[in-house]
Amino acid sequence: MKLLLVGEYKNGNIDDSFYELVAFAGKLGAEAVAFFVAPTDIKPEFNGKVYVADVEKAKEYNPKVHRDLILKVAEKENPDYIVLSHSSYGWDLAPRIAYKWDAGQISEIVDVDNDGFVVPFCNAKLRRLLKPNTGKAVLTLQSGAFAPAKEGSASVETIDVDVADEGLEFTGFEVVEKGGVDLTKAEIIVSAGRGVGKKENIEIVEKLAKVLGAELGASRPVVDAGWLPQERQVGTTGQTVAPKLYVACGISGAIQHLAGMKKSNFIVAINKDKDAPISEVADVFVVADLLEFVPVLTEKLSS
Amino acid sequence: MNVLVCVKQVPDMESKFTVSSDGLWYDQSDLTYKINEYDEYAVEEAVRLKEKLGDVTITVLSIGPDRVKEAIRKALALGADKGAHIKDDEAHLKDPFQIATIIANYAKDKNFDIIFTGMQSEDRGSAQVGALVAEMLGMNCVTTIVDFEYADGKVNVKRELEGGIKAKVTAKLPVVLTCQLGLNTVRYPTLPNIMKAKRKELKEFDVSEFLNVDPKVITLKAFVPEKKKGGIVLEGAPDEIADKLINILKEKAII
Ligand SMILES: Cc1cc2nc3c(=O)[nH]c(=O)nc-3n(C[C@H](O)[C@H](O)[C@H](O)COP(=O)(O)OP(=O)(O)OC[C@H]3O[C@@H](n4cnc5c(N)ncnc54)[C@H](O)[C@@H]3O)c2cc1C
Repeated sequence: MKLLLVGEYKNGNIDDSFYELVAFAGKLGAEAVAFFVAPTDIKPEFNGKVYVADVEKAKEYNPKVHRDLILKVAEKENPDYIVLSHSSYGWDLAPRIAYKWDAGQISEIVDVDNDGFVVPFCNAKLRRLLKPNTGKAVLTLQSGAFAPAKEGSASVETIDVDVADEGLEFTGFEVVEKGGVDLTKAEIIVSAGRGVGKKENIEIVEKLAKVLGAELGASRPVVDAGWLPQERQVGTTGQTVAPKLYVACGISGAIQHLAGMKKSNFIVAINKDKDAPISEVADVFVVADLLEFVPVLTEKLSS
Repeated sequence: MNVLVCVKQVPDMESKFTVSSDGLWYDQSDLTYKINEYDEYAVEEAVRLKEKLGDVTITVLSIGPDRVKEAIRKALALGADKGAHIKDDEAHLKDPFQIATIIANYAKDKNFDIIFTGMQSEDRGSAQVGALVAEMLGMNCVTTIVDFEYADGKVNVKRELEGGIKAKVTAKLPVVLTCQLGLNTVRYPTLPNIMKAKRKELKEFDVSEFLNVDPKVITLKAFVPEKKKGGIVLEGAPDEIADKLINILKEKAII
């Protein structure tokens, strides 16, 4: 079996997620080649062939350009699977490759089974076991699901960038402004989720943060609703934190939130749904209505 | 301008899920359904565009059993003009390639300028359908948008990347846009608009009219995952469990 691993080159580096793809290939016992749009002098720690399309020529990400470059490599190498991370890059690109390659796609794989691939289902409350119905397939892997494997040195071959796209034009990046809050330095973080119900209730969580000397964090819906500023958002599209203590109040534990806090030293979750996926990472899971429980806890801690 | 919005009806993710008797999906009885959160943003964005430009017709499409008409009606109450229900009691067993094929076959001769979809569904989360529809129809496509503006026959959008970074992209029409959480603030339907929605056109089609392909991915089974980590679970009176929690934190020297 042969895999074509599509790595990401980000902020001047080979993104570590590439080594998760390498680990996945190892787990399948498959031969692997890789592809990057990157500077042509990159040196991935990977034993195999790496095709590089010069990022100077390909410029910022354009899906059709990347798709066609990958298909060119696929034609040469004839892999069974093309594998990407389930990232903003991977989920954007994978379906486009799959369609043109006439293959099925399986998204966000968390595990491998003899018969197929395991993916999350219903906010990870269930799983599904899927199998491609086509000989070949495009696969995306959940970030963090496979422990990175870094080893060896690659032989790099440059490929021409001879494709272009007029349909989309990249015009620049925008970065969230930080207003002095640095969650990554906090020893204790108390986060509010959608379970707080309304803006006025943020105060309840804020008071708990105060008695614990903690920074206030948030899940995404709380930020999207404008209850707290974006600089307080924890998760893949916010901050990645690992405090001594993380208290999640009314947060279900979607993978994108977990990715930002699961390395915390000690995790307390307060949630009225006993099956909420946050229970998977919680050291202490308090089954309670936070509106009732948090004020009691705050009161006890302050006396 | 001609706009299509694709919506999926999904259960509330706070529900208790069990595996269905055929072993391939979740048991669909006893669940409360709603519009997929990502798709609500799609509907809202289309309605805002109509409010801004005036001359916009918004069609809302949903594939599924009869109950998905509720989702279409809600989108109509939010401001969409007409509905297309593609009836399929087995929609949950179709793979994303088949779902995208159904949408593309419905859309292909209708000259949509913009197709809005959610970036993924809350239950499956495969994040494939929007981009596949674009490929099938030869349309441009930007996924995961958190900002949208239409100007001079083009759309200017922001595509969300990781860690608080966004890429600004200009796309030519026709274009498929997949909507991310927080794209806008979704309005509540008013009672007069709910009443009006009942009189708006809602056509029903049979899925066989649009589906002409086999799945490219097969579901072998759905199952309940093993609990990974056995943390301490505290249940009971708030007063007692607060004491227990404080003791644990003190014992571990965390506070
Ligand atoms: C590409 C992408 C990137 C994303 N990035 C992020 C990110 O960076 N950060 C992030 O957080 N999310 C992110 N998300 C969103 C993520 O998928 C979830 O939608 C989000 O994390 C849910 O937030 P939540 O847990 O607060 O809300 P919900 O999932 O709605 O959960 C609310 C929880 O509160 C509980 N609850 C309700 N009422 C009470 C009460 N009174 N007392 C106690 N418990 C109660 C419920 O049981 C439920 O478990 C991203 C999604 C995508 C697709």
